[in-house]
Amino acid sequence: MAVETPQRAPAETPAPREPGKPRNLTGLWFALPFLLIYAVFMIWPILAGLWSSLFNTSLAGGDVEFLGLGNYAEMARDGAVWDSLWNTAYFTLLSTPPLVLAGLGMALLAHRARRTGWLLRFAFFMPFLLPVTVVALIWLWIYQSDFGLLNAAIEWFGGDPVAWINDERTAMWAVVICTLWWTVGFNFLLYLAALQGIPRELHESAAVDGATPGQRLWRITLPLLRRTTGLVLVLQLIASLKIFDQVYLLNEGNAGPITRPLIQYVYEQGFTSYRIGYASAISYLLFLIIIVVAFAQFKIFSAGRDD
Amino acid sequence: MKRRQVLIGAASVLGAAACGAPSGTERLRYWNLFGGGDGVRMVELIDAFAASRPDLDFQASTLTWGPPYYTKLSMASAGGRAPDVAILHLARLPSFAPGRLLDPFPRQLLTELGITPENFLPEIWDRCVVDGEVYAIPLDTHPFVMYYNTDLCRQLGLTDANGTLVPLRGADDLVAAWSEAKKLTGGYGLVLDNFGVSPWRLWWTLYRQLDGDLLNADATALVIDDAKALQALDFMRRLSVTDAVAPGQMLLSGAVALFGSGKAAFLFNGEWEVTTFQTQKTPFSMTPFPEVFPGTASAAGIARTQADCHTFVLPHQRDRTVAGTRPALDYVRFMLERSVDWAAGGHVPAWLPATRSPDYLALDPQSRYRDAAATAQLDPPAWFSGSASNMENLAGTAFGAVQAGTLTPEAGLARFKADMQRLIDTPAPV
Repeated sequence: MAVETPQRAPAETPAPREPGKPRNLTGLWFALPFLLIYAVFMIWPILAGLWSSLFNTSLAGGDVEFLGLGNYAEMARDGAVWDSLWNTAYFTLLSTPPLVLAGLGMALLAHRARRTGWLLRFAFFMPFLLPVTVVALIWLWIYQSDFGLLNAAIEWFGGDPVAWINDERTAMWAVVICTLWWTVGFNFLLYLAALQGIPRELHESAAVDGATPGQRLWRITLPLLRRTTGLVLVLQLIASLKIFDQVYLLNEGNAGPITRPLIQYVYEQGFTSYRIGYASAISYLLFLIIIVVAFAQFKIFSAGRDD
Repeated sequence: MKRRQVLIGAASVLGAAACGAPSGTERLRYWNLFGGGDGVRMVELIDAFAASRPDLDFQASTLTWGPPYYTKLSMASAGGRAPDVAILHLARLPSFAPGRLLDPFPRQLLTELGITPENFLPEIWDRCVVDGEVYAIPLDTHPFVMYYNTDLCRQLGLTDANGTLVPLRGADDLVAAWSEAKKLTGGYGLVLDNFGVSPWRLWWTLYRQLDGDLLNADATALVIDDAKALQALDFMRRLSVTDAVAPGQMLLSGAVALFGSGKAAFLFNGEWEVTTFQTQKTPFSMTPFPEVFPGTASAAGIARTQADCHTFVLPHQRDRTVAGTRPALDYVRFMLERSVDWAAGGHVPAWLPATRSPDYLALDPQSRYRDAAATAQLDPPAWFSGSASNMENLAGTAFGAVQAGTLTPEAGLARFKADMQRLIDTPAPV
């Protein structure tokens, strides 16, 4: 019986590439709509912002004068820039650890809970679905100094009321707690997905070998969550550095210098004072910081990766 | 419904074209920032105007008060595609670059419609004129006033036979009254808010009662009188810290809620809350802001008080014509004529014929503080001053901290002066 070797279709063998001719343009056509939108709404504004940071561009129009690095020099002297940058950094320092740890803790709980899992998942994630205006309103009434929920509870126990949002000692914590409640659901979701990706056999065989639940958590679960932790950390740091909405809303639009984050100062300079050029220069400071943080984070986590 | 509107729209365009009208259906776009109790009145008046002028394609938009409104208005004007007419606080006029972001009112139309200087208070009208051109038409003045609860004041023996508050004058007498009121309510005697722009309003009222000046004429130098500034701040500190008759860390919404529910006998605020308290059936009335420093009131006995004015302006349009501005002027004229309806929301009409009309004088409590318009103290002219401006917000932070007791009056003043110096040194973006 003659064995017929089927002729390979010529299309299946990749044709030797002619030098200088691009291999395949089809992919580019598919990506083009995205690339266009990306160029118009991302690349162009970024470059335009950099350009206007070199001028005294005003929102109100009028003649524009080239300042060179004048805006950056003014920024270096402007105490309000550094105060608000510190507020942003302080918020990031205070908010990132609890947001990551609470997300992990809640995911571990919801993953273990068999019967009430759906309820926990729903309850933990729900605040994240609320728009920031609703979140700010809820917490505004909780923090209200005279008839807020929190102070009512404190007074019931015989304590003195606290002006949560406006007292320098509590203001930042008030923002952190509100943000924790609102956004922890996202980290929770990432961790929960990662937990569900850990094969059950690993835990079963470890249990057969006599590993305690604590050992299984430290030796199996947490090491396998490492990459997720890296991701959560980068996303969280960036989100925290970009804080603006909840502070602005909690202060009813007048944060004043107590908790004013850098983005709010950019908003005030650019939109209340029309100084778009100066505001662009300040935004570039934040842009640079976020790039450095994200890059450092990426380096650290990709260097230590096993696979 | 949609389709019918489209059909009517199309028909009117055709009709206009058939008649050879120069500009087709005339369009009128109007922006304002009235979201509070006064917003309800504004909508009523807008509807009335729309009903009276079916020939116009009239669209009114209400935007969020404060920086969001002014940002949108200035950007639209910078692009030359702004609404036909808009509301602007008079003290914000310098920050709107008259001539570039704002177009002047055509003189012949103003004369034709009788919108002339003698119908307004001269000190208000003068601020509307820049380089000989009229850039703003005043609609009202909104002074800082004192509200009082008539029931509580009667119990305190502070009212006369008609239930009107007896005249209170001088820091000690005022504080004594508020402290009695505090004993009666068990909470506060007086409520005010300590955030946003309110501390500025209170300080500027007190400082102007002492005849203090802040900026030189072209806003290039700070000419503040430290002694008077501190005297005003000491009084503010006295209210919330030393004598503690008023809160030191209260938001506006909280102050309004406490007064509205009878948990405080007095309230300092702008007069725009009238409708709020009438709706809540709070037993209340109002008086001009009291004379805190005796001997500083005007001849008529009315003390100086912080205020601003809502005005109509013509935001810059690239292709604005005199004829095309006519509908906007018709609307302004309509609003001025209906000033008494507008005044029901609290604001004192700028249109003098309205302030003399029996209908306005019969409005109670709205006509009780009408004389405060004559002693109104607007912010000093500068690109960074005026309602919801940087200056007001920075002052609010520094002086609010004095009211909260976290800064001494000296430290609060030092912070305010440093902030002001920075604003003065910033090159004007307009």
